[in-house]
Amino acid sequence: MNKNNKKTLVKVEKAGLKINGKSLVDGVSFEVRQGEIVTLIGPNGSGKSTTAKIALGIHNNIEGVAKKFTDKIGYVPQKISIDWTLPIRVIDFMFLTNDLNNEQINVALNLTGVEHLKQKNVSDLSGGEFQRVLIARAIAKKPEFLVLDEPVQGVDFKGEIAIYELIKKISEEFNCGILLISHDLHMVMSATDYVICLNGHVCCSGKPHVVAQDNRYKELFGDRASKVLTLYEHKHDHTHSQDGTINRKQ
Amino acid sequence: MLNDFFIRALVAGIGIALVTGPCGCFIIWRRFSFFAGTLAHSALLGVTMAVFFEINIAFAVFLISASLAIILLQLQKKTKLPNDALLGLLAHASLAVGLVILGFLSSIRFDIMGLLFGDILAVNQIDLMFIWIGGALIIIILKIIWKPLFASTVNYELAEAEGMKPDRANAIFTILMAAIIAISIKIVGLLLITGMLIIPAAMARNISNNPQQMVFLSVVGGLLSVVVGLFSSLEFNTPSGPSIITAALILFCFSLIKFKKYSELKK
Repeated sequence: MNKNNKKTLVKVEKAGLKINGKSLVDGVSFEVRQGEIVTLIGPNGSGKSTTAKIALGIHNNIEGVAKKFTDKIGYVPQKISIDWTLPIRVIDFMFLTNDLNNEQINVALNLTGVEHLKQKNVSDLSGGEFQRVLIARAIAKKPEFLVLDEPVQGVDFKGEIAIYELIKKISEEFNCGILLISHDLHMVMSATDYVICLNGHVCCSGKPHVVAQDNRYKELFGDRASKVLTLYEHKHDHTHSQDGTINRKQ
Repeated sequence: MLNDFFIRALVAGIGIALVTGPCGCFIIWRRFSFFAGTLAHSALLGVTMAVFFEINIAFAVFLISASLAIILLQLQKKTKLPNDALLGLLAHASLAVGLVILGFLSSIRFDIMGLLFGDILAVNQIDLMFIWIGGALIIIILKIIWKPLFASTVNYELAEAEGMKPDRANAIFTILMAAIIAISIKIVGLLLITGMLIIPAAMARNISNNPQQMVFLSVVGGLLSVVVGLFSSLEFNTPSGPSIITAALILFCFSLIKFKKYSELKK
């Protein structure tokens, strides 16, 4: 990829965050450019969500610098809970931060396969259905920078593949920069341009196949993970499921 | 028998219901009812200030409630006491201080019952002006900050990430709450303002399935409560605030019955 003519959307430099003296992340630097998928991986509590929030400018007392160069941002948080007190349908939720027309809403809901839920109350949705609505909402206005914090949690297996394919398609078609947090190492290695392995700090980072060979990565995820991934690097005509089934693309 | 004072009270009450409807929805969505109650308790201090300095009551109440909101923010930074303890502390401390100061002002005759529970005889032309101009301003401002405020009610981080500036909307909403308390104190009374804010909204939640509908029904419920409450206040010679809130409570009970029937129908 030619990086020179791609606009930088977000730049994070030596960023860190301490809450009550406890360091959550420290010294994280990366950039997300147009049409690029950057993935954060790492064990639980390694600061992935915090790093994403730093990039989004949600935390304002950070060390280092985090700069956004676009206002068109879509965000799928890791966790969102809507109280019963607030009656809200999927269609109301779609309007949350954007002014959209009916067509844009239908297209977005259709892309994540939940158009039929449009008039349903958000509190009646299952976890996976709500997750699809969250993604639809984030992409409806064609953002330039999209942050997806574990976007497929609770989504069924078939939907998971579809959503990962959708993410790749969005990055290509909308020329959108994506910051992705994912536990699905297959996805990370097959579709991402840049991987950042976090464990309170940047453990290692680089192109997927480089990271997969890194000893620090192997220590964090185990030797097996790296083998699966390197193996995968050579086969781009299908995806693997967690139980090993092969899904061929048409 | 409709007297001038009664028409004034009715016009005032309608103005208040139009404002408390939408704001009440946000208060229950955001779990702010105790906060609203605290601001309302501080209104007594505002009234004593108004009497002492001979300024308009609504204006003085607004200043005191708004300062109380700022003091709360400072306290939250200074101590780790839980929020409800801080709110309770401020509510009763300001009520007590207000009553103590009122005791010193013994030379001035003052209808404390009317202050606590509302008094339809007390509404004059200037109050009407404050209610309708103030109320219109509150509604316009609420309309402007609706989107960021609503987005941050659903999820603060999402609103912040997508550039809705939720902090600003939240701060403005706090000021709006102080303003609502200031304009409704004469009709509803300071002890019952929270009821006027949350009961119609709670009633509306039972029978609505989207935010706009809930706001609309909350306004309708508030209007009905005011009209029914004020007429019975006139008829039975009861204080206006409790009469309005009782009417709102009856509406709330009706909404529960309807809600049950509706969900049974769906089964």
